Amino acid sequence: MSELVHPLHRFIRPSYLHTTFCPGCGNGILVQSILRAIDGCGMEMDDFVFVSGIGCAAWIPSPFFNADVLHTTHGRPIAFAFGIKMGLPEKKVMVASGDGDLVAIGGNHLIHNARRNVEMVVICSNNGIYGMTGGQAAPTTPMGVKTTTTPYGTVENAFEDISGLVIAAGASFVARWTTAHPRQITNSIKKAIRKKGFSFIEVMTQCPIQFGRKTGLGSAVKMLEDYKKRSITVKEAEKLSPEELKGKIVVGELVDKEKPEMLQEVNRMKQRASGAMT
Amino acid sequence: MKDMRVLTGRNFMMGNVACAEGAIAAGCEFAAGYPITPATEIANHLAERLPQVGGAFFQMEDEISAIAAVIGASWAGRKSMTVTSGPGISLMSENLGFAIGVETPCVIVNVQRGAPSTGMPTIGIQGDMVQAKHGSHGDYEIIALCPSSPQEMFDLTVVGFNYAERYRTPVFILSDAFVGHMREEVTIPECEKIKTEYRKIPEAGTDPRTLKGFLSEDVAPMPIFGRGFKAHVTSSCHDEVGKRNLIDISALDNYIRKLSQKILKHQDEITLVEPDYEGAETVLVSYGSVARAAAAAASQARKEGTPVGTLRLITAWPFPGMEIEKMARRAKQVIVLENNLGQMYPYIKAEAAHFAEVSFLPPRWVGEIQDPQDILAKIREVSK
Repeated sequence: MSELVHPLHRFIRPSYLHTTFCPGCGNGILVQSILRAIDGCGMEMDDFVFVSGIGCAAWIPSPFFNADVLHTTHGRPIAFAFGIKMGLPEKKVMVASGDGDLVAIGGNHLIHNARRNVEMVVICSNNGIYGMTGGQAAPTTPMGVKTTTTPYGTVENAFEDISGLVIAAGASFVARWTTAHPRQITNSIKKAIRKKGFSFIEVMTQCPIQFGRKTGLGSAVKMLEDYKKRSITVKEAEKLSPEELKGKIVVGELVDKEKPEMLQEVNRMKQRASGAMT
Repeated sequence: MKDMRVLTGRNFMMGNVACAEGAIAAGCEFAAGYPITPATEIANHLAERLPQVGGAFFQMEDEISAIAAVIGASWAGRKSMTVTSGPGISLMSENLGFAIGVETPCVIVNVQRGAPSTGMPTIGIQGDMVQAKHGSHGDYEIIALCPSSPQEMFDLTVVGFNYAERYRTPVFILSDAFVGHMREEVTIPECEKIKTEYRKIPEAGTDPRTLKGFLSEDVAPMPIFGRGFKAHVTSSCHDEVGKRNLIDISALDNYIRKLSQKILKHQDEITLVEPDYEGAETVLVSYGSVARAAAAAASQARKEGTPVGTLRLITAWPFPGMEIEKMARRAKQVIVLENNLGQMYPYIKAEAAHFAEVSFLPPRWVGEIQDPQDILAKIREVSK
């Protein structure tokens, strides 16, 4: 009798078959979307190096992906990924981490590598809270929400448009989806993998255990239904006023453009430098 | 085409430039840094020279990303380095611990400057000696080398790369603004006379599941990226295959001990000192730029008939305790000279005080090298 094996099983590191994600966590959807995209591109794990930081989403590739994986310090995965890409330009480098890691403590590296337009794929699982440490407010937590570090409600304006920041910094591919859009995420990751440039995909990801409880949004199902209700496409959003856009999540591919990519520029620079010597 | 990697010949060269040339001669391909006085000449020179030999220098957004990129490039298989000064080291300290935890070969050059904090950038002091050993959190061992001249900025940078590759560890070059900006003759040997090492890597085709790439006291072959080793690399507590273990305290004990033991087991090969205390009653112990004043004072004292010797520490870490003890057993008085308020002094005293009288002489003003006349006065005082 032949054994039934999941088509993505070959991508999972042997002997690591349970996840650390809480019941209802959206990061599992991201695991599937990433692996389906790699499969869909006809690529193998050895074509990639994965890099993650600290926080729940950092455990998307680490240790489960059967590939070269560097699990780095908090906030710094993109900076490590820069060195890996410069050392192994022929490999695809993918960073998967959370909003706290990439945008709070690591915001500077996100901005400057988007500016450099270094070829890499950065996937940001945005759950709006610090999950792993027990539900502390993040820069993405909406104002007024009571968390473990804001027992009287957050008093800060929330980061509402991370993708907008990355666009302004100069990335050549930026998309935003929610975990209610798994097929769309997969398609955007495929495009990002093929893109010669810095690609950023922000995914609004439900954290029912921390965010769901703190905000009263409830279970994973309720949070996914809320994402569906609030999501509107880029085209639909264009017709709405800023007032009407309040509370909406604009989803879709926000930027897809061609511009100088850093590795290509580095190669040109090296040619100039060595040519100058002969 | 002429090999641009090694500029063989006699040169009149700045210490910082010699350091950059040493790195390139050692096979450095990747450097990342952030501008800081008094280390900038190294970065400037690497930026000019590395692309000529197929490498590159990258100016990062801060020192945190500089060392992160260096570690990433090292895992990509490239010999890598960063150059900075005290404030930059402070920013790098967390990722320095990461490099130690995942056993990453890399070289960190610290051209020390007036400190604490932003201090006095153009003035050399030896203020970061203990930071190099204890700056990052947790127990660990580190290798640190102290050049005394532009020639040693070249030579010890080559040695530093070889140690980094051989022991899979970050190596500090602890220079200072005086040695970094000093101009002297630097002789660069012929390419084939410069010994360079590259890390052990697993045999191609090794089954990743059987690959023990971490925590060997004899230094595990490094499962660098891009070769199909499917390495899981985490600085969280892990075992020999890289598997994370966050619940078993015996795994944590193993993780801490093996990382340190890997360096301590090879201390004899790592330790470099310059002893010159045959028949001396008083021995001056120093390192780096200060050792130049110590040598001048000892030479003057001997001319005057006083038996004074020197011991120069080239390897500051792992601390050469055996060499200190050996010296102290034969001395009556030991004078420790440093351009700080006494950073290595407690370590030296702990090893030497059982055998000899140990005292400390800082410069008159911290930030200058001891006047040989002051050293001679101190020698007269202790030998009364």
